[in-house]
Amino acid sequence: MVISLPRSHHSLTASLAMIALLGSATSLAGAPPGDWQAVVEEARGQSVYWHAWGGDSRTNRYLEWVAERMQAEYDVDVIHVKLGDTSEAVSRVLAEKQAGNDDEGSVDLVWINGENFAAMRANDLLFGPFTEQLPHFALTHPEHNPEVVTDFTLPTDGFESPWGKAQITFYYDSQEIDTPPMSIVELKAWAEANPGRFSYPRIPDFTGSTFLKQALIELSDADQALYAPVEESDFDAISAPLWDYLDALHPHLWRSGRQFPASGPDMLRLVGDAELSLAFTFNPAEPAAAVADAALPPSTRSYVFEGGTLGNVHFVAIPYNSPHKAAAMLLADFLLTPEAQARKQDLAVWGDPTVLDVTRLDDEQAARFEGVEDNPALLAPDALERTLPEPHPSWMEALQDAWQARYVGR
Amino acid sequence: MLRLAPWLIATLLVGPILAGLAMAALPAFGYLPALGGDAFSLDPWRALMTQPGLARSVAVSFTSGLAATVVSLTVVLLFLAAASGSRLDRWIRRMVSPLLSIPHAAAAFGLAFLIAPSGLLARLASPGLSGWERPPDLLIVNDPWGLSLMAGLVIKEIPFLLLMSLAALHQLDAERRVAMARSLGYRPTIAWLKVVVPSLYPLIRLPVFAVIAYASSVVDVAMILGPTLPPTLAVSILTWFNDPDLSRRFMASAGALLQLGVTLAALASWWGLECLVRRLGRGWVAGGQRQRGERMLRLAGKALILLAAATALVGITGLALNSLAGVWRFPDGLPQSFTLQHWQRALPALGGPVTTTLSIAVVATLLAAGLVLAALEHEQRSGRQPAQGQLASALTLLYLPLIVPQIAFLFGLVVVIEALGTRPTRWLVIFGHLLFVLPYVFLSLSEAYRRFDPRWSRVALTLGATPNGAFWRVRLPMLLAPLLTAMAVGLAVSIGQYLPTLLLGAGRVTTVTTEAVALASGGSRRLIGVWALAQASLPLLGFIIAVGLPRLLWTNRRGMRGTP
Repeated sequence: MVISLPRSHHSLTASLAMIALLGSATSLAGAPPGDWQAVVEEARGQSVYWHAWGGDSRTNRYLEWVAERMQAEYDVDVIHVKLGDTSEAVSRVLAEKQAGNDDEGSVDLVWINGENFAAMRANDLLFGPFTEQLPHFALTHPEHNPEVVTDFTLPTDGFESPWGKAQITFYYDSQEIDTPPMSIVELKAWAEANPGRFSYPRIPDFTGSTFLKQALIELSDADQALYAPVEESDFDAISAPLWDYLDALHPHLWRSGRQFPASGPDMLRLVGDAELSLAFTFNPAEPAAAVADAALPPSTRSYVFEGGTLGNVHFVAIPYNSPHKAAAMLLADFLLTPEAQARKQDLAVWGDPTVLDVTRLDDEQAARFEGVEDNPALLAPDALERTLPEPHPSWMEALQDAWQARYVGR
Repeated sequence: MLRLAPWLIATLLVGPILAGLAMAALPAFGYLPALGGDAFSLDPWRALMTQPGLARSVAVSFTSGLAATVVSLTVVLLFLAAASGSRLDRWIRRMVSPLLSIPHAAAAFGLAFLIAPSGLLARLASPGLSGWERPPDLLIVNDPWGLSLMAGLVIKEIPFLLLMSLAALHQLDAERRVAMARSLGYRPTIAWLKVVVPSLYPLIRLPVFAVIAYASSVVDVAMILGPTLPPTLAVSILTWFNDPDLSRRFMASAGALLQLGVTLAALASWWGLECLVRRLGRGWVAGGQRQRGERMLRLAGKALILLAAATALVGITGLALNSLAGVWRFPDGLPQSFTLQHWQRALPALGGPVTTTLSIAVVATLLAAGLVLAALEHEQRSGRQPAQGQLASALTLLYLPLIVPQIAFLFGLVVVIEALGTRPTRWLVIFGHLLFVLPYVFLSLSEAYRRFDPRWSRVALTLGATPNGAFWRVRLPMLLAPLLTAMAVGLAVSIGQYLPTLLLGAGRVTTVTTEAVALASGGSRRLIGVWALAQASLPLLGFIIAVGLPRLLWTNRRGMRGTP
């Protein structure tokens, strides 16, 4: 049941929590874990309120497709509750727990990773471990792909099921830029030469926060410290080069750094409006998809930095007080089917890379993932090999707070 | 039964607001046992004071509230003074309802696209007039001073104040006053300003207060047009309330009280401004100047309202263009190609929210209309007619939801509801909407109802009809046109509600408004165009029915078709 993983020093409490929660899982599903058919039966007719970031129309359309398939296949009603930020769902479940609502929660499934997962785990807000029960989880082959069971350095311990991958990908208009900057340091020189043509999303947006981490990794020599809780190191000393860098960079940004785009998709709109020339996204396929939608010019090109860019896996998790755990598990499993994963990776649909280990799928299933389009706006296939792992989630919060104290209201 | 109506309305409106305020006040001082706050303390306030940029948030909320009101009121009064009886007057009067029906969020989106450096105006002027090959790097939308926010508020508050003024003007016999002044040699605009405004203003004072309160605490418009580093106070409060760190809810509650204080301060400043204007105005009125400034005032009165109306309409047109645009690169004034793709893709997703929006709006409006009719009928039968604007009436409490900032009491209300263990449902949202729909239906209907010639009912009673019969068979049919208009206003108010839907529905009840605002941070402008247009067209539907139905029903009774 328990996945063998590099365990944190919290493992004892985690195991205790698991045992406690496993009990409730068994009673809820009304069958021993592993009896998947019982879960499918119990799920029939249930509704799943899936709280997921709703800021991207392609993602939303994919979720609509998932809802249709779940209805047709399992008679499960999937309702996408669109969030502006995943923290809203965390806040809601926490408030329900505080109010003593332990089995009638309003969130059944949440799209999550990073600091939000860490926060929910720390407050015992998640149901699990459940991923080993999902028939299709095995296709991710965690023994060969540790990233599907590791979230921002924390082991997932079966409390969240992998769904997709993300990596910071830069894009630009090749008619305008010949040689884009290939590192954080080059980026500053480029911004100085091209004032007002680059920016990053306003913190605490997650894409913007990831830019801070990318810059911090490249600018500091403190790799070890970044992968441990921030309390264990001297934050001011380690982050000092980042603030020097940003202080120097901001005057050359869009709107002279007095205003920032709202989010990753907002940056894409600004590139489409020709306000920005260089931008980045967390979804490697987004620029190519935007070209197909006529939102970006056909001369758009994608790339990653020479030294690699930050990447991570995103997951779905089930709150401990969800009244529809069976249907939520069924949905989490459906998201891992080759059918759903292949459709998600399809550039025409969403373009979010699969978490399945395609090299270990049988031929018929692997065939679904073939046919990578020869699209000039798409990232070179080998580019994603240069992936930098995410720092410990506590760094994200520390960076966000420091950024806001420094740049808000000045 | 009828006797209870005014009290039922007062309880319905006052109860939740007081409960909400109380539950905002307790956590603001550290008391909220559900979250582990067992003792009173000032910690939430200390935490609030250390928030970066708080002073700036407060300053922007305060000034945008006051400035937007000053500008809208000035434009409305100047227009009424300058254009009375002209062709422009008739056109604008016809435009009031459609302009009022454009939801705030849709109008804000339209304005944002109009004035952005890569927006419609810049595109039309480039590169020919401006010489811009690329959008200039100018901070216009989301400017730190809140100017674009104020502009967005002004174009929406003008129709509201105009509607309120037109209703109040019926009591004043403005034409005869102006005729009298003109016989003394005053030019028409000067005459109107000197003899009508002093009597008109007391009648529209409460609506003006409502505008101040709304403008100083608005959330959706501020999210779209307002400053971002930091945002306005109301938007910050929303962020704190949604923070996964629940201890921030104490600080958010303190922020909600601070918002109440900011709004009250804005109202108090307005009161001071009133005194000042009264003193200065008295000298001006008594000075006897009959002509000076007439031309300028006349020009301003017509030009300013035209500018505001045109901005709103062109903004909506821009949204429509976007929703149909294929490739549309910067300096092009129009899209290179048009496509229905965005609508086709959005249609399946539109269905659910449109149905939800309409069902909530219809139920809330029907409830509100029933209560308002009962209260007004009671007023008629008991022979008490409180003059509009008189503070003594119990129904003055109607203004409470319009004057207490939404964000100040809605959070407290959510805490109450969470404590009661009620799960978010559509009924809760309907109830929340009722708080805001009721006052507007009352404001829109009361004037027509009170002016209705009582002799009609008396004739019916003389002919043997019961009071109820007279109501159903005489008064209601004859007042059908204004009733439908009031209901259309109610629908529009409900459709435009953002914060009550979001908070009371816990994100589960999605309406076109919550969807459109959710897209603001990330959606493509084409998709925003689709949603904002859908959002704007729903209330318009209500107004079309309100105008069309009486004409259809009373094809053979011209006097009962209502005035367009």
